[in-house]
Amino acid sequence: MNLLVFYILAILAAGSAIMVVTMKNIFHSALFLVLTFFSVAGIYVLLNAEFLAAVQVLIYVGAITILMIFAIMLTHQLFSRSLRQVNEQVIPASLITFIFFVLSVVALAKTAWPVSGGQLPEDRIFEIGKLLMSEYVIPFEVVSVVLLVALVGAIIIGRREKSGDTK
Amino acid sequence: MLELTGIIQWVGGIVTSISNSLGLPQIIIDIILILLIAVAIFAFLMLMALYLIWMERKVSGHIQDRLGPMMTGWHGWAQTIADALKLLQKEDIIVANADRKVHYWAPIVVFTACFAVYAVIPFGKGMLAADVNIGILYILSITTFTTLSLLMAGWASNNKYALLGGMRSASQIISYEVPLTLSILGVVMMAGTLSMGKFVELQGPYIWKWYVWPQFIGFCIYLIASTAELNRTPFDLPEAEQELVAGFNIEYSGMKFAMFFLAEFLNMFTVGAVTTTLFLGGWNPPLPALAFIPSWVWFLGKSLFIVFVIMWFKWTYPRLRVDHLLSFAWKVLLPISFINIILTAIGITIF
Repeated sequence: MNLLVFYILAILAAGSAIMVVTMKNIFHSALFLVLTFFSVAGIYVLLNAEFLAAVQVLIYVGAITILMIFAIMLTHQLFSRSLRQVNEQVIPASLITFIFFVLSVVALAKTAWPVSGGQLPEDRIFEIGKLLMSEYVIPFEVVSVVLLVALVGAIIIGRREKSGDTK
Repeated sequence: MLELTGIIQWVGGIVTSISNSLGLPQIIIDIILILLIAVAIFAFLMLMALYLIWMERKVSGHIQDRLGPMMTGWHGWAQTIADALKLLQKEDIIVANADRKVHYWAPIVVFTACFAVYAVIPFGKGMLAADVNIGILYILSITTFTTLSLLMAGWASNNKYALLGGMRSASQIISYEVPLTLSILGVVMMAGTLSMGKFVELQGPYIWKWYVWPQFIGFCIYLIASTAELNRTPFDLPEAEQELVAGFNIEYSGMKFAMFFLAEFLNMFTVGAVTTTLFLGGWNPPLPALAFIPSWVWFLGKSLFIVFVIMWFKWTYPRLRVDHLLSFAWKVLLPISFINIILTAIGITIF
C-alpha cells in the first residue's frame, strides 16, 4: 500500500516537474510547480515527516510560488500568448542538466544508505524543536541572519527605485 | 443526551461487521470508513454553507432594519436552497479568450482546500476525523491554496477587473498571513502542542482556563487578521463592488460561481471553528455543570457566534483604503503580535 502511494506520488512529482520545463505558457509552468511541491510534501508524509510536509506546502506553495505568480502577473506581456520560457540557451542548459542528472544518479548509487535502528519518537515536533534549539542552534541562527540580510537587501532595492522616481 | 462521542467507532464497528461477513480485506474496510467520514463532513458543511448564506442575509437585514428573505418558507429558511438549485441549472459560460483549463480548475482548488481543513477540526467529543500532531500547521498550509486559486481565477478569466481583484486579494492575504500566524504562535507556546485535539483537552471545561483570557491580544489579532483573510468588510477591497464589480469571480457563472461563493462562507465557518478550538475551549462547556448539553452543540454555538461577530463587522463598518490596509497590517498588527509573543514567553517562564 505504501509502495503504491509512493509510486503514484513519485510519478506525479516527476511528471509535473517535466511539465514545468516543457509547458509553453509560463503561468501553467508555475501551476505545475505547485503540483510538484505538493507531491513532494506527500512523500514527506509517507516518510512520517509531517512537520516537513506542512512546512513544505506553507513555504513553497504559499510563499515562493505565489511570489513567482505575482512576478509573472506584473510583467508587461501578461495577456500575450508569446510569454514563453524558452530562449536561445536551451542546448547548453540541457547539457548541464544532463551532466547534473548523471552525477546525481552516480552519487545516489554509490551512497550506502544507513538505516537507523531507533524507534520514532511519539511527539516528533517536540523532538525537532528541542534539536533546533540545542544541537543545531548555530545553523538555525545563521539561517535567520541570512534571511534578515535578504530582507534588508530587498528593502534597500525597493527604496532606491522609489526615490529615483520622485526626485 | 444526544452525545455523539463514539460515532466514528460505532459506524466503524458496523462497517467492519458487514465487511467481515462479506470477507473483504482490511484495507477496503479502511477506505470505506474514510469515505464515509469524508461524505458525512461534506454533507454537514454543504448544509452549513447554505445556512450561513441565509444567516448573512438575515443578519444584514436586521442590522439595516429590514427583515431579509421572508418569502420561501418560514422566515425564508429555504431561500438559499432555492438559490442553489437555480444556480445548478444555469449555463456555465467561459469567456472566449479565457484560459479554459485554469478557469476550470480554480474553483475546484478552492473548494478542495476548504474541505481539506475540516479533517483536523474537532467537532465534538470524539468527533475528530484525524488528530494529526501538526493540526494547526496543516490548516495554515492548506489555506494557502485559497490564495493560489484566487490568482488562478483572476488570471484565467482574461479580464482586467478579475485580475486586479485576484491580485489585490492575494497581496492582502499574504500580508495578513504574518500577524495571523504570529497570533496563533502565542497559543501554541502556551499549549506546547500543534494538535487540534490537544488544544481542546488542555483548556478543559472551565471558562477561566480558556486561552482567550491570557491570549486576549492574540485573540483580537487573530479575529482582525482572519477577517482580512476572508476579504470581508472592513477589508473587502478585493471585492469592492463599486470599483471592481466583484473581483476575481466576475467571469464565473453557474455552479462554478456558486463554488466560490460557498467556499467563501465555508472559510468563514473555518475561522469560527479554529477560533473556537484555539481560544474558546473547543467543544468544552464553560462550566462542568453545563456538560449535559452535548459537546457538538457547544462547538457549533461558539463557532456560529464568531461567524456572527464577523458578519456584524461587515454590516457596521466602512471599507478601508488600500494604503491604510497595508500599513495597518505591517505597522500596527505586526508589532503588537511580536509584543504578545514576548509577553507570552515571559509569562510562561514566570508561571
